[in-house]
Amino acid sequence: MQIDMTVNGTAESHDVEARTLLVHYLRDSVGLTGTNVGCDTTSCGACTVLLNGQSVKSCTVLAAQAAGDEITTIEGLASDDGRMHPVQQAFQECHGLQCGFCTPGMVMAITSLLAENPEPTEADVRIGLEGNLCRCTGYHNIVASALAASRVPEMQK
Amino acid sequence: MIPASFEYVRAGTVDEAIALLSEHGDDAKILAGGHSLLPLMRLRLAQPAMLVDIGPLRELSYVREEKDYVAVGALTRHHDIAISPVALESAPVLAHVAGQIGDPQVRHRGTIGGSLSHGDPASDLPAVLLALGGTLVAQGPNGQREIAAADFFVSFFEVALAPDELLVEVRVPQSSDGQWGFEKLTKRAQDWAIVGAAAVRSSGGVGVGLINMGPIPLRASAVEAALASGSNAAAAAAFAAEGTEPAADFNGSVAYRQHVARVLVRRALEKAGV
Repeated sequence: MQIDMTVNGTAESHDVEARTLLVHYLRDSVGLTGTNVGCDTTSCGACTVLLNGQSVKSCTVLAAQAAGDEITTIEGLASDDGRMHPVQQAFQECHGLQCGFCTPGMVMAITSLLAENPEPTEADVRIGLEGNLCRCTGYHNIVASALAASRVPEMQK
Repeated sequence: MIPASFEYVRAGTVDEAIALLSEHGDDAKILAGGHSLLPLMRLRLAQPAMLVDIGPLRELSYVREEKDYVAVGALTRHHDIAISPVALESAPVLAHVAGQIGDPQVRHRGTIGGSLSHGDPASDLPAVLLALGGTLVAQGPNGQREIAAADFFVSFFEVALAPDELLVEVRVPQSSDGQWGFEKLTKRAQDWAIVGAAAVRSSGGVGVGLINMGPIPLRASAVEAALASGSNAAAAAAFAAEGTEPAADFNGSVAYRQHVARVLVRRALEKAGV
Protein backbone atom coordinates (compact mmCIF):
# COMPACT_ATOMS: atom_id res chain seq x y z
CA MET A 1 0.00 0.00 0.00
CA GLN A 2 1.10 3.56 -0.70
CA ILE A 3 1.87 5.42 2.53
CA ASP A 4 2.45 9.15 2.61
CA MET A 5 3.81 11.08 5.54
CA THR A 6 6.04 14.04 6.25
CA VAL A 7 9.47 13.13 7.59
CA ASN A 8 11.69 15.94 8.85
CA GLY A 9 9.67 18.40 6.78
CA THR A 10 9.94 16.42 3.54
CA ALA A 11 6.93 14.73 1.94
CA GLU A 12 7.55 11.00 1.59
CA SER A 13 5.51 8.46 -0.34
CA HIS A 14 6.48 4.80 -0.46
CA ASP A 15 4.79 1.57 -1.45
CA VAL A 16 5.15 -0.86 1.48
CA GLU A 17 3.36 -3.84 2.95
CA ALA A 18 0.61 -3.03 5.45
CA ARG A 19 2.58 -4.80 8.17
CA THR A 20 5.57 -2.46 7.78
CA LEU A 21 6.52 -0.89 11.08
CA LEU A 22 7.23 2.83 11.16
CA VAL A 23 10.86 2.21 12.11
CA HIS A 24 11.40 0.09 8.99
CA TYR A 25 9.60 2.63 6.82
CA LEU A 26 12.01 5.27 8.12
CA ARG A 27 15.14 3.13 7.82
CA ASP A 28 14.47 1.08 4.70
CA SER A 29 12.09 3.17 2.59
CA VAL A 30 13.09 6.72 3.51
CA GLY A 31 16.72 5.74 4.13
CA LEU A 32 17.15 7.45 7.48
CA THR A 33 19.11 4.98 9.59
CA GLY A 34 19.68 7.22 12.60
CA THR A 35 16.66 5.64 14.27
CA ASN A 36 17.89 2.35 15.72
CA VAL A 37 16.07 -0.92 16.26
CA GLY A 38 16.99 -2.15 19.71
CA CYS A 39 14.83 -4.57 21.63
CA ASP A 40 11.94 -4.76 19.16
CA THR A 41 9.58 -5.24 22.13
CA THR A 42 8.54 -1.66 23.03
CA SER A 43 10.98 -1.66 25.93
CA CYS A 44 14.28 0.03 25.11
CA GLY A 45 13.28 3.26 23.37
CA ALA A 46 16.17 3.22 20.86
CA CYS A 47 13.63 3.66 18.04
CA THR A 48 11.98 6.73 19.59
CA VAL A 49 10.89 9.39 17.08
CA LEU A 50 8.46 12.28 17.31
CA LEU A 51 5.00 11.71 15.83
CA ASN A 52 3.22 15.05 15.54
CA GLY A 53 5.68 16.35 18.13
CA GLN A 54 5.27 13.59 20.73
CA SER A 55 7.73 10.78 21.44
CA VAL A 56 6.66 7.33 20.27
CA LYS A 57 8.42 4.01 19.85
CA SER A 58 8.51 3.54 16.11
CA CYS A 59 8.80 -0.25 16.44
CA THR A 60 5.27 -0.26 17.85
CA VAL A 61 3.56 1.95 15.30
CA LEU A 62 2.59 0.71 11.86
CA ALA A 63 3.74 2.98 9.06
CA ALA A 64 0.10 2.89 7.95
CA GLN A 65 -1.00 4.36 11.28
CA ALA A 66 1.30 7.32 10.72
CA ALA A 67 -0.03 8.06 7.22
CA GLY A 68 -0.66 11.78 6.94
CA ASP A 69 1.31 12.53 10.10
CA GLU A 70 4.50 14.48 10.72
CA ILE A 71 7.52 12.52 11.87
CA THR A 72 10.74 13.95 13.23
CA THR A 73 13.80 11.71 13.48
CA ILE A 74 17.24 12.41 14.89
CA GLU A 75 18.30 13.57 11.41
CA GLY A 76 15.67 16.29 11.54
CA LEU A 77 16.81 18.05 14.70
CA ALA A 78 19.87 19.99 13.58
CA SER A 79 19.22 23.26 11.76
CA ASP A 80 19.83 23.56 8.03
CA ASP A 81 23.21 25.20 8.56
CA GLY A 82 24.36 22.13 10.49
CA ARG A 83 24.09 23.66 13.93
CA MET A 84 23.14 21.01 16.43
CA HIS A 85 19.88 21.04 18.35
CA PRO A 86 20.34 22.11 22.02
CA VAL A 87 19.69 18.55 23.20
CA GLN A 88 22.33 17.18 20.81
CA GLN A 89 24.73 19.93 21.87
CA ALA A 90 24.14 19.11 25.53
CA PHE A 91 24.90 15.43 24.91
CA GLN A 92 28.23 16.41 23.40
CA GLU A 93 29.12 18.84 26.17
CA CYS A 94 28.02 16.60 29.04
CA HIS A 95 29.43 13.36 27.58
CA GLY A 96 25.90 11.96 27.47
CA LEU A 97 26.85 8.97 25.37
CA GLN A 98 29.33 6.14 25.25
CA CYS A 99 28.55 3.56 22.58
CA GLY A 100 25.87 5.81 21.15
CA PHE A 101 23.30 3.17 20.29
CA CYS A 102 20.58 4.49 22.60
CA THR A 103 21.47 8.12 21.89
CA PRO A 104 19.08 8.95 19.03
CA GLY A 105 16.17 7.60 21.06
CA MET A 106 17.35 9.38 24.19
CA VAL A 107 17.67 12.69 22.34
CA MET A 108 14.20 12.36 20.83
CA ALA A 109 12.65 11.33 24.16
CA ILE A 110 14.26 14.31 25.89
CA THR A 111 13.14 16.68 23.14
CA SER A 112 9.56 15.52 23.71
CA LEU A 113 9.96 15.66 27.49
CA LEU A 114 11.23 19.25 27.40
CA ALA A 115 8.39 20.28 25.10
CA GLU A 116 5.93 19.04 27.73
CA ASN A 117 7.91 20.17 30.75
CA PRO A 118 10.42 22.96 29.93
CA GLU A 119 11.77 23.18 33.48
CA PRO A 120 12.10 19.61 34.72
CA THR A 121 13.71 18.60 37.98
CA GLU A 122 16.27 15.81 37.98
CA ALA A 123 13.52 13.46 39.20
CA ASP A 124 11.25 14.57 36.34
CA VAL A 125 14.00 13.71 33.86
CA ARG A 126 14.73 10.32 35.39
CA ILE A 127 11.03 9.39 35.44
CA GLY A 128 10.54 10.92 32.00
CA LEU A 129 13.25 8.64 30.58
CA GLU A 130 11.78 5.44 32.02
CA GLY A 131 11.06 4.28 28.48
CA ASN A 132 14.69 4.49 27.32
CA LEU A 133 17.40 2.04 28.28
CA CYS A 134 21.15 2.68 28.22
CA ARG A 135 23.61 -0.13 28.89
CA CYS A 136 26.74 2.04 29.10
CA THR A 137 26.42 5.25 31.00
CA GLY A 138 24.47 4.52 34.15
CA TYR A 139 22.26 7.39 32.96
CA HIS A 140 24.10 10.02 35.00
CA ASN A 141 25.39 12.09 32.09
CA ILE A 142 22.23 11.54 30.07
CA VAL A 143 20.23 13.14 32.88
CA ALA A 144 22.84 15.90 33.10
CA SER A 145 22.49 16.47 29.34
CA ALA A 146 18.72 16.79 29.59
CA LEU A 147 19.00 19.28 32.45
CA ALA A 148 21.69 21.26 30.61
CA ALA A 149 19.51 21.41 27.50
CA SER A 150 16.56 22.63 29.57
CA ARG A 151 18.65 25.63 30.64
CA VAL A 152 19.41 26.73 27.07
CA PRO A 153 17.36 29.88 26.37
CA GLU A 154 16.35 28.53 22.96
CA MET A 155 14.55 25.62 24.68
CA GLN A 156 12.56 27.87 26.97
CA LYS A 157 10.62 29.62 24.25
CA MET B 1 10.07 -9.05 14.50
CA ILE B 2 7.47 -8.24 11.91
CA PRO B 3 3.80 -9.20 12.17
CA ALA B 4 2.22 -11.77 9.87
CA SER B 5 0.50 -10.25 6.84
CA PHE B 6 -2.92 -8.73 7.26
CA GLU B 7 -5.32 -6.49 5.42
CA TYR B 8 -5.33 -2.92 6.75
CA VAL B 9 -8.46 -0.78 6.64
CA ARG B 10 -8.95 2.67 8.09
CA ALA B 11 -12.45 3.24 9.42
CA GLY B 12 -13.73 6.74 8.70
CA THR B 13 -16.58 6.55 11.20
CA VAL B 14 -17.69 4.45 14.17
CA ASP B 15 -20.48 2.97 12.02
CA GLU B 16 -17.98 2.01 9.34
CA ALA B 17 -15.81 0.25 11.94
CA ILE B 18 -18.83 -1.68 13.25
CA ALA B 19 -19.90 -2.60 9.71
CA LEU B 20 -16.41 -3.99 9.04
CA LEU B 21 -16.54 -5.97 12.30
CA SER B 22 -20.01 -7.31 11.38
CA GLU B 23 -18.78 -8.37 7.96
CA HIS B 24 -15.49 -9.98 9.01
CA GLY B 25 -16.30 -11.28 12.52
CA ASP B 26 -13.42 -12.83 14.39
CA ASP B 27 -11.05 -12.32 11.44
CA ALA B 28 -11.02 -8.58 12.11
CA LYS B 29 -9.40 -6.82 15.06
CA ILE B 30 -9.78 -3.20 16.02
CA LEU B 31 -6.51 -1.24 16.04
CA ALA B 32 -6.53 1.82 18.31
CA GLY B 33 -3.14 2.93 19.66
CA GLY B 34 -1.78 -0.54 18.97
CA HIS B 35 0.25 -0.78 22.15
CA SER B 36 -1.37 -4.00 23.28
CA LEU B 37 -2.15 -5.55 19.91
CA LEU B 38 1.01 -4.83 17.90
CA PRO B 39 3.39 -6.41 20.44
CA LEU B 40 1.26 -9.57 20.35
CA MET B 41 1.24 -9.53 16.55
CA ARG B 42 5.00 -9.14 16.34
CA LEU B 43 5.39 -12.19 18.57
CA ARG B 44 2.80 -13.95 16.33
CA LEU B 45 0.64 -14.55 19.39
CA ALA B 46 -2.09 -12.78 17.42
CA GLN B 47 -2.49 -13.08 13.65
CA PRO B 48 -5.68 -11.27 12.67
CA ALA B 49 -6.54 -11.35 8.96
CA MET B 50 -7.71 -7.75 9.04
CA LEU B 51 -6.93 -4.69 11.12
CA VAL B 52 -9.61 -2.02 11.33
CA ASP B 53 -7.73 1.13 12.31
CA ILE B 54 -9.93 3.49 14.29
CA GLY B 55 -7.00 5.72 15.25
CA PRO B 56 -8.17 8.63 13.10
CA LEU B 57 -11.60 8.77 14.83
CA ARG B 58 -10.50 11.60 17.09
CA GLU B 59 -14.15 12.32 17.99
CA LEU B 60 -13.72 9.38 20.39
CA SER B 61 -10.97 11.26 22.24
CA TYR B 62 -12.33 13.37 25.10
CA VAL B 63 -12.71 13.65 28.87
CA ARG B 64 -16.03 15.30 29.76
CA GLU B 65 -17.88 16.01 32.95
CA GLU B 66 -21.48 14.79 32.77
CA LYS B 67 -24.16 15.15 35.41
CA ASP B 68 -23.52 11.90 37.24
CA TYR B 69 -20.19 10.73 35.89
CA VAL B 70 -17.00 11.55 34.01
CA ALA B 71 -17.11 10.34 30.40
CA VAL B 72 -13.88 9.32 28.70
CA GLY B 73 -13.85 8.58 24.97
CA ALA B 74 -12.46 5.14 24.20
CA LEU B 75 -9.72 6.57 21.98
CA THR B 76 -8.39 8.98 24.59
CA ARG B 77 -4.69 8.37 25.00
CA HIS B 78 -3.22 7.73 28.46
CA HIS B 79 -1.16 10.94 28.29
CA ASP B 80 -4.24 13.01 27.45
CA ILE B 81 -6.14 11.56 30.41
CA ALA B 82 -3.18 12.20 32.72
CA ILE B 83 -3.11 15.92 31.85
CA SER B 84 -6.88 16.42 31.44
CA PRO B 85 -8.09 19.15 33.84
CA VAL B 86 -11.46 17.38 34.06
CA ALA B 87 -9.85 14.06 34.95
CA LEU B 88 -7.47 15.67 37.44
CA GLU B 89 -10.39 17.39 39.17
CA SER B 90 -13.15 14.80 39.00
CA ALA B 91 -11.44 11.45 38.43
CA PRO B 92 -8.00 11.96 39.99
CA VAL B 93 -7.30 8.26 40.44
CA LEU B 94 -7.85 7.71 36.71
CA ALA B 95 -5.55 10.61 35.81
CA HIS B 96 -2.86 9.35 38.18
CA VAL B 97 -2.93 5.80 36.93
CA ALA B 98 -3.08 6.82 33.28
CA GLY B 99 0.00 8.94 33.95
CA GLN B 100 2.15 6.04 35.10
CA ILE B 101 1.23 3.32 32.60
CA GLY B 102 4.28 2.02 30.75
CA ASP B 103 6.43 5.01 29.82
CA PRO B 104 5.88 8.40 28.10
CA GLN B 105 6.13 6.95 24.60
CA VAL B 106 3.54 4.29 25.44
CA ARG B 107 1.26 6.89 27.01
CA HIS B 108 1.46 9.04 23.88
CA ARG B 109 -0.05 6.19 21.84
CA GLY B 110 -1.96 3.78 24.09
CA THR B 111 -5.67 4.41 24.61
CA ILE B 112 -8.01 3.68 27.52
CA GLY B 113 -10.39 1.74 25.29
CA GLY B 114 -7.63 -0.35 23.79
CA SER B 115 -6.18 -1.19 27.16
CA LEU B 116 -9.53 -2.18 28.66
CA SER B 117 -10.66 -4.16 25.60
CA HIS B 118 -7.41 -6.11 25.72
CA GLY B 119 -8.49 -7.52 29.11
CA ASP B 120 -4.96 -8.07 30.39
CA PRO B 121 -5.11 -8.93 34.12
CA ALA B 122 -1.64 -7.39 34.56
CA SER B 123 -2.59 -3.96 33.25
CA ASP B 124 -3.45 -1.08 35.56
CA LEU B 125 -6.65 0.46 34.23
CA PRO B 126 -9.00 -2.51 34.77
CA ALA B 127 -8.32 -2.48 38.53
CA VAL B 128 -9.12 1.24 38.65
CA LEU B 129 -12.36 0.75 36.70
CA LEU B 130 -13.35 -2.04 39.08
CA ALA B 131 -12.53 0.02 42.18
CA LEU B 132 -14.44 3.02 40.81
CA GLY B 133 -17.42 0.91 39.77
CA GLY B 134 -17.18 2.23 36.23
CA THR B 135 -19.33 1.51 33.22
CA LEU B 136 -18.27 0.70 29.67
CA VAL B 137 -20.35 1.70 26.66
CA ALA B 138 -20.27 -0.70 23.73
CA GLN B 139 -21.70 0.12 20.33
CA GLY B 140 -22.82 -2.52 17.85
CA PRO B 141 -25.07 -2.78 14.79
CA ASN B 142 -28.15 -2.40 17.02
CA GLY B 143 -26.97 0.61 18.99
CA GLN B 144 -25.29 1.11 22.34
CA ARG B 145 -25.40 -0.85 25.57
CA GLU B 146 -23.79 -0.31 28.96
CA ILE B 147 -21.66 -2.94 30.63
CA ALA B 148 -20.69 -2.68 34.31
CA ALA B 149 -16.94 -2.94 34.84
CA ALA B 150 -17.59 -5.90 37.16
CA ASP B 151 -19.19 -7.77 34.21
CA PHE B 152 -16.71 -6.71 31.53
CA PHE B 153 -13.75 -9.00 32.18
CA VAL B 154 -14.91 -12.49 31.27
CA SER B 155 -11.89 -14.78 31.06
CA PHE B 156 -8.17 -14.68 30.25
CA PHE B 157 -7.75 -11.80 27.75
CA GLU B 158 -11.48 -12.00 26.95
CA VAL B 159 -14.00 -9.22 27.58
CA ALA B 160 -17.77 -8.94 27.23
CA LEU B 161 -17.66 -7.21 23.83
CA ALA B 162 -19.35 -9.12 21.02
CA PRO B 163 -17.27 -9.60 17.85
CA ASP B 164 -19.23 -6.80 16.15
CA GLU B 165 -19.10 -4.38 19.07
CA LEU B 166 -16.78 -1.44 19.61
CA LEU B 167 -16.01 0.08 23.00
CA VAL B 168 -16.83 3.77 22.54
CA GLU B 169 -16.89 5.32 26.02
CA VAL B 170 -15.82 4.70 29.59
CA ARG B 171 -17.83 6.24 32.44
CA VAL B 172 -16.63 6.59 36.00
CA PRO B 173 -18.32 8.18 39.01
CA GLN B 174 -16.92 11.52 40.12
CA SER B 175 -14.42 11.31 42.94
CA SER B 176 -11.96 13.66 44.53
CA ASP B 177 -8.51 13.69 46.03
CA GLY B 178 -8.06 12.01 49.37
CA GLN B 179 -10.54 9.29 48.42
CA TRP B 180 -8.29 6.96 46.50
CA GLY B 181 -5.11 4.95 46.72
CA PHE B 182 -3.11 3.15 44.05
CA GLU B 183 -0.14 0.89 44.67
CA LYS B 184 1.86 -1.31 42.39
CA LEU B 185 5.03 -3.31 42.74
CA THR B 186 7.41 -3.37 39.80
CA LYS B 187 11.06 -4.29 39.52
CA ARG B 188 11.75 -1.65 36.87
CA ALA B 189 9.91 1.61 36.27
CA GLN B 190 8.23 0.70 32.99
CA ASP B 191 7.29 -2.89 33.90
CA TRP B 192 3.87 -4.37 34.32
CA ALA B 193 2.85 -4.73 37.94
CA ILE B 194 3.96 -7.90 39.70
CA VAL B 195 0.95 -7.11 41.88
CA GLY B 196 -1.08 -3.93 42.22
CA ALA B 197 -4.14 -2.57 44.00
CA ALA B 198 -6.53 0.34 43.56
CA ALA B 199 -8.92 1.52 46.28
CA VAL B 200 -11.64 4.16 45.97
CA ARG B 201 -13.79 5.43 48.84
CA SER B 202 -17.19 6.94 48.11
CA SER B 203 -20.51 7.49 49.85
CA GLY B 204 -21.57 4.07 48.62
CA GLY B 205 -18.66 2.27 50.24
CA VAL B 206 -15.15 1.26 49.27
CA GLY B 207 -14.20 -0.41 45.99
CA VAL B 208 -10.96 -2.36 45.66
CA GLY B 209 -9.46 -3.71 42.42
CA LEU B 210 -6.47 -6.02 42.07
CA ILE B 211 -3.83 -6.18 39.35
CA ASN B 212 -2.28 -9.46 38.23
CA MET B 213 -3.88 -11.64 40.88
CA GLY B 214 -5.54 -14.13 38.54
CA PRO B 215 -6.52 -14.79 34.94
CA ILE B 216 -8.79 -11.73 34.86
CA PRO B 217 -8.75 -8.34 36.58
CA LEU B 218 -10.38 -8.89 39.98
CA ARG B 219 -12.31 -7.02 42.62
CA ALA B 220 -11.19 -7.78 46.14
CA SER B 221 -14.75 -8.65 47.17
CA ALA B 222 -13.79 -10.06 50.57
CA VAL B 223 -11.98 -6.81 51.45
CA GLU B 224 -14.97 -4.74 50.34
CA ALA B 225 -17.30 -6.93 52.43
CA ALA B 226 -15.09 -6.70 55.52
CA LEU B 227 -15.01 -2.91 55.25
CA ALA B 228 -18.77 -2.78 54.77
CA SER B 229 -19.22 -4.71 58.01
CA GLY B 230 -17.00 -2.36 59.96
CA SER B 231 -13.43 -3.69 59.72
CA ASN B 232 -10.59 -1.19 59.64
CA ALA B 233 -8.12 -1.01 56.74
CA ALA B 234 -5.54 -3.36 58.23
CA ALA B 235 -8.10 -6.00 59.21
CA ALA B 236 -9.90 -5.83 55.87
CA ALA B 237 -6.66 -5.98 53.87
CA ALA B 238 -5.93 -9.37 55.41
CA PHE B 239 -8.64 -10.70 53.06
CA ALA B 240 -7.01 -9.28 49.91
CA ALA B 241 -5.82 -12.61 48.57
CA GLU B 242 -9.01 -14.50 49.34
CA GLY B 243 -10.26 -16.35 46.28
CA THR B 244 -7.33 -15.25 44.11
CA GLU B 245 -5.33 -17.57 41.86
CA PRO B 246 -2.30 -15.56 40.75
CA ALA B 247 0.24 -17.11 38.43
CA ALA B 248 3.68 -18.14 39.69
CA ASP B 249 6.56 -16.91 37.53
CA PHE B 250 10.11 -15.60 37.80
CA ASN B 251 8.76 -12.46 39.49
CA GLY B 252 7.19 -14.31 42.39
CA SER B 253 5.42 -17.39 43.71
CA VAL B 254 1.70 -17.60 44.40
CA ALA B 255 2.31 -17.12 48.14
CA TYR B 256 4.54 -14.09 47.48
CA ARG B 257 1.94 -12.43 45.28
CA GLN B 258 -0.78 -13.08 47.82
CA HIS B 259 1.36 -11.56 50.56
CA VAL B 260 2.15 -8.51 48.43
CA ALA B 261 -1.55 -8.12 47.62
CA ARG B 262 -2.39 -7.90 51.33
CA VAL B 263 0.32 -5.29 51.88
CA LEU B 264 -0.59 -3.18 48.84
CA VAL B 265 -4.32 -3.28 49.56
CA ARG B 266 -3.67 -2.04 53.10
CA ARG B 267 -1.51 0.81 51.79
CA ALA B 268 -4.06 1.71 49.10
CA LEU B 269 -6.88 1.73 51.66
CA GLU B 270 -4.90 3.93 54.01
CA LYS B 271 -4.16 6.38 51.19
CA ALA B 272 -7.87 6.39 50.37
CA GLY B 273 -8.55 7.53 53.92
CA VAL B 274 -10.18 4.28 55.02
